[in-house]
Amino acid sequence: MTSELDIFVGNTTLIDEDVYRLWLDGYSVTDAVALRVRSGILEQTGATAAVLQSDTMDHYRTFHMLERLLHAPPKLLHQLIFQIPPSRQALLIERYYAFDEAFVREVLGKKLSKGTKKDLDDISTKTGITLKSCRRQFDNFKRVFKVVEEMRGSLVDNIQQHFLLSDRLARDYAAIVFFANNRFETGKKKLQYLSFGDFAFCAELMIQNWTLGAVGEAPIDPDSQMDDMDMDLDKEFLQDLKELKVLVADKDLLDLHKSLVCTALRGKLGVFSEMEANFKNLSRGLVNVAAKLTHNKDVRDLFVDLVEKFVEPCRSDHWPLSDVRFFLNQYSASVHSLDGFRHQALWDRYMGTLRGCLLRLYHD
Amino acid sequence: MPGKLKVKIVAGRHLPVMDRASDLTDAFVEVKFGNTTFKTDVYLKSLNPQWNSEWFKFEVDDEDLQDEPLQITVLDHDTYSANDAIGKVYIDIDPLLYSEAATVISGWFPIYDTIHGIRGEINVVVKVDLFNDLNRFRQSSCGVKFFCTTSIPKCYRAVIIHGFVEELVVNEDPEYQWIDRIRTPRASNEARQRLISLMSGELQRKIGLKVLEMRGNAVVGYLQCFDLEGESGLVVRAIGTACTLDKLSSPAAFLPACNSPSKEMKESPLVHPPSHGCRSTHNSPIHTATGSRLTQNFSVSVPTLIYTGMGSGSAGKEGGPFKALLRQQTQSALEQREFPFFTLTAFPPGFLVHVGGVVSARSVKLLDRIHNPAFVGIMGNTRSYKLLDWNSFNSDEPETRDAWWAEIRQEIKSHAKALGCHAVVGYSESTSICEEVCILSASGTAAVLNPRFLQDGTVEGCLEQRLEENVSTRCGFCHIPYDELNMPFPAHLTYCYNCRKQKVPDVLFTTIDLPTDATVIGKGCLIQARLCRLKKKAQAEANATAISNLLPFMEYEVHTQLMNKLKLKGMNALFGLRIQITVGENMLMGLASATGVYLAALPTPGGIQIAGKTPNDGSYEQHISHMQKKINDTIAKNKELYEINPPEISEEIIGSPIPEPRQRSRLLRSQSESSDEVTELDLSHGKKDAFVLEIDDTDAMEDVHSLLTDVPPPSGFYSCNTEIMPGINNWTSEIQMFTSVRVIRLSSLNLTNQALNKNFNDLCENLLKSLYFKLRSMIPCCLCHVNFTVSLPEDELIQVTVTAVAITFDKNQALQTTKTPVEKSLQRASTDNEELLQFPLELCSDSLPSHPFPPVKEHLESASSNSGIPAAQRDRCSSWIELIKLKAQTIRRGSIKTTVTVEKASPVGDGNFRNRSAPPCANSTVGVVKMTPLSFIPGAKITKYLGIINMFFIRETTSLREEGGVSGFLHAFIAEVFAMVRAHVAALGGNAVVSYIMKQCVFMENPNKNQAQCLINVSGDAVVFVRESDLEVVSSQQPTTNCQSSCTEGEVTT
Repeated sequence: MTSELDIFVGNTTLIDEDVYRLWLDGYSVTDAVALRVRSGILEQTGATAAVLQSDTMDHYRTFHMLERLLHAPPKLLHQLIFQIPPSRQALLIERYYAFDEAFVREVLGKKLSKGTKKDLDDISTKTGITLKSCRRQFDNFKRVFKVVEEMRGSLVDNIQQHFLLSDRLARDYAAIVFFANNRFETGKKKLQYLSFGDFAFCAELMIQNWTLGAVGEAPIDPDSQMDDMDMDLDKEFLQDLKELKVLVADKDLLDLHKSLVCTALRGKLGVFSEMEANFKNLSRGLVNVAAKLTHNKDVRDLFVDLVEKFVEPCRSDHWPLSDVRFFLNQYSASVHSLDGFRHQALWDRYMGTLRGCLLRLYHD
Repeated sequence: MPGKLKVKIVAGRHLPVMDRASDLTDAFVEVKFGNTTFKTDVYLKSLNPQWNSEWFKFEVDDEDLQDEPLQITVLDHDTYSANDAIGKVYIDIDPLLYSEAATVISGWFPIYDTIHGIRGEINVVVKVDLFNDLNRFRQSSCGVKFFCTTSIPKCYRAVIIHGFVEELVVNEDPEYQWIDRIRTPRASNEARQRLISLMSGELQRKIGLKVLEMRGNAVVGYLQCFDLEGESGLVVRAIGTACTLDKLSSPAAFLPACNSPSKEMKESPLVHPPSHGCRSTHNSPIHTATGSRLTQNFSVSVPTLIYTGMGSGSAGKEGGPFKALLRQQTQSALEQREFPFFTLTAFPPGFLVHVGGVVSARSVKLLDRIHNPAFVGIMGNTRSYKLLDWNSFNSDEPETRDAWWAEIRQEIKSHAKALGCHAVVGYSESTSICEEVCILSASGTAAVLNPRFLQDGTVEGCLEQRLEENVSTRCGFCHIPYDELNMPFPAHLTYCYNCRKQKVPDVLFTTIDLPTDATVIGKGCLIQARLCRLKKKAQAEANATAISNLLPFMEYEVHTQLMNKLKLKGMNALFGLRIQITVGENMLMGLASATGVYLAALPTPGGIQIAGKTPNDGSYEQHISHMQKKINDTIAKNKELYEINPPEISEEIIGSPIPEPRQRSRLLRSQSESSDEVTELDLSHGKKDAFVLEIDDTDAMEDVHSLLTDVPPPSGFYSCNTEIMPGINNWTSEIQMFTSVRVIRLSSLNLTNQALNKNFNDLCENLLKSLYFKLRSMIPCCLCHVNFTVSLPEDELIQVTVTAVAITFDKNQALQTTKTPVEKSLQRASTDNEELLQFPLELCSDSLPSHPFPPVKEHLESASSNSGIPAAQRDRCSSWIELIKLKAQTIRRGSIKTTVTVEKASPVGDGNFRNRSAPPCANSTVGVVKMTPLSFIPGAKITKYLGIINMFFIRETTSLREEGGVSGFLHAFIAEVFAMVRAHVAALGGNAVVSYIMKQCVFMENPNKNQAQCLINVSGDAVVFVRESDLEVVSSQQPTTNCQSSCTEGEVTT
């Protein structure tokens, strides 16, 4: 006796969260059944393995049918085939678009094109995430990227509107899209200590302050509409950043800046002497990063540079985080007292964001 | 020209990409009704076209309005080649034709293609202007309401129940026409869908005409079926019960949408004027299952030229002075009817006087080919589908089918007579076809109906009469209708355990729902008998004879199994019994489902005793006693499980058992191959007679084993195949309707009956287990209206289809009610989980011998209903004291909302997400449509019936593997069918389908060719329901807008 056909269709589509998770994690039906057996469900319910097999198959089939709709979540809301309560719909979408930390760290900042796809195999081996799950996550990134790529307006809002994700997840996706678009390097060994959360935090600050959308109103110049409001960094701003070079190039200005900072921080910093000794190096590092951002290559290396030029020197001198905060605050603020320096607004736009990023990046 | 149909095509969405180059579609729409077609403009390059068309107007006869479906085709415009069809929508406009139902059909309909399934949606608005038609000779029957529900619909009152109506129409099946060889599968499927739509329309119109002739205005319990006879054609037949219904004016005045149809009916007399008939006749197996342990002699008679099944039962005498009067009265009322049949399964109290038992008849027929050369020639023309035209040149054909059914019905009627009954209730008909052999089956419950209800009379008169004689409603229906001295079969009678005056059988089988006023002890459970019999492959007459010969044995075995299982559960009555015999190439399958209960009025069932034939063998003896112990343990366990603890009654009160007409009866067991196996049925064990199973061979051993293999549902689960579960009465609002299909392939090697039985048994048991597992998150819950259908699509395939609804209930309240069984049994299913208190309307009729305070009751009823207390609760209280208390409370509280709603959050079902918005998905535009096979929705009140839903779909694929194999294909198709039903209901303005049934699910596959085809036919009643909790809010918020509240104020001041 073999079962040829075995289906269960409810007027309200039954969604088993546990099975959904197994499916998302890319397990085959056989593996999923084995995992469910191990969870002790048979003992709890008194069911047989055959029942479990049939149930798992059924859920997998349902998920497979739903997957097409999940690719465009608004469709899931308007479709008539599956009657699913809104709370369940939200759960389906949210879980489908959720991703693994380990996976996202591997692809963050990489080009989301087909080229990377063959690397999925390696990622799968490296992270222990099933290839199927890697593919889903990668395709999700790519799909979101494609949809919002050409769109104007707030990145987070666009993502939320077209994929109906929660605020939290939409922000994460904005970061992923932003990183992919600007191709920030995140894979270098010295960046390995950083989590996705660290990068996402920085991305959000940069989107808020360094992109065209950040300027507030849409540019009047029709040509500039070609630029994506939130996705691309404000080119003009990056050009202007060159002006900051004077802070380290002009020796008087640099000395004045240093003395202002040192005066303000004397006695307040545990690592004062180290700071005093390193001030010029640090300042040069930070200002040079700014000045270089006109080149795409240097934009990509932004995080590498920040870690190399600032995080690592401080860390080797064992600055506590609070001292870093004191220093950065004072470092940014003191510029306002430099009479010869005319680019105060530019400096604030740059340093405001950078300070936030550096504080987040500064940990072990 | 009495009608104008107006259609507007608004927009489309989610259309498929038809042009690969642009990834877009240039869609336009054709709207067709009869022979008239309109087109919209082409909406270029969009998957979400906005046509926003003008109103397309069709001026048509109302006859056409009834028969024809509105056909909407969405196409992709192609400049250079033929336009490609995207898909179609058929809209049945019947609901617009009667005034109380829907006024407009408007909404998103899935665009359906028989090859690709659903491909996007289209927004359509349909209206009908009907002109008054004064022509008395009209052919249409607009205005007659149809209900699938097999009880009086909740917001209506039955003024008169006229009786049985039936009709059938026959046509050639387009799939078998020569043209089918040259047309595409899509064209063929569409021709079939359209033809069946037309045929159902015509059938409904013809039935409507009959109802008008009988001066009725509605058909209740309407059941329409298709017989796909293959080469010999397509039969669409329908039966129903004609009624005159009155809409209840005040929505507050009627009772719970839950299952006590009875109470509100008390003022509605059911008067039966002469009714209408039908035809014919044939053979019966169990003509009564009333606890007669099988005494029908199954003489195999082959009466007519065509092969009809087995022997008829006994011709019983009308008898006994005891019932003479009653009979005389009813006789006159029912005599004029050719067939005093009722398709209803639930009745107003007092309607049903006695129940005799199950009557059924089967007959085996050979289908002969229709030869009809003229038909194909006019195929291209729409009108040619018209059955009138067709019938005119092939008029003998429907007559043949009519005659077949007439025979069967005659048989049923005579069986009922043999049981001393003059009517048949819970009546249904079915067929099973394999190649050219067709088994026609009919079954019902022989009953005696209240003569007063069967005569013309005024409302007052009837009410009074009822009060006078309302002596023993709770047990009355159990009392034997036949004369005990001249019984049609030997049965074991005792005095009724309830009233001690009348006699009752020891076991009662019926096809109806449990009467609401019946006293039940404990809970009920689903009982199934399953049976397979191998049969040699044969042709034509030889085949039919072989089947005819097997049938009686199968009937007998099924009956024995049911009886054994019933005893094993410690119960004494079956309700909702449905025996399905399915014929296949090389086997016959029998599946009987019913809900077992313990009726307080019937005697405690005896146990099952096992007797061995070879008592000398020691180990054998030991084995027997071991088995006996197991059986006894199971019975004890079941009694505990189902809470069956009837009060002990001493022998003296009951009196001595009535002497048996025969002391013993021996019966041949049903194996055709080995007639020497004998089971002895001992009927002489006195009151506590045990059912003796004699074991003398492996076969019998099998039977005993199979008895014990049925696993009870896991704790927290109950199941039944009736509307509600006896003993559970606190339903919460979460429901989940589902369909599950399984097909197994038997290994063809040396199949034996035992192996076959085991396979079939496992299939059913595993299916149930799977259901319990899948629905575990709803615990505590009950599977209601569990409906199994078996078919044998191919030689080695068995297909089982189950449709049921899982309903959650409140465990705490269930526990409370278990305190006293009598009290508990008085309580009805109540549909909410709100605070205590409501007042028991049925108290008056239930626990008191006569109606003491009818006026008070009236008064209270309005008081409680007007004060915003959901009527559903009213039947919760079970004592007079509570009633008084309640009355006080009610009056004290006046119109203030008195109930606390504790709506449970629903983890799975669609309980209450209507008002919930879960961001960010809150902007869902798709309204929830509930579906249920029951006639009510727990926790809600049905406020309007919008019309019947009757849909037929075909789905075919030539890429079976790509669509996920057979499971993927059928899963998607059933989901699509649900979606289309919901869309139609939503477009009618409804939010639920009740009495939903999947009447047919024919699945055929050809994996080698990567092909599969499936036909599904579903029906139900589209309704609008209002949650009782919402109802209160409305009434308390807008006191002036509904009379309910304004009455309340009056009530309170008094």
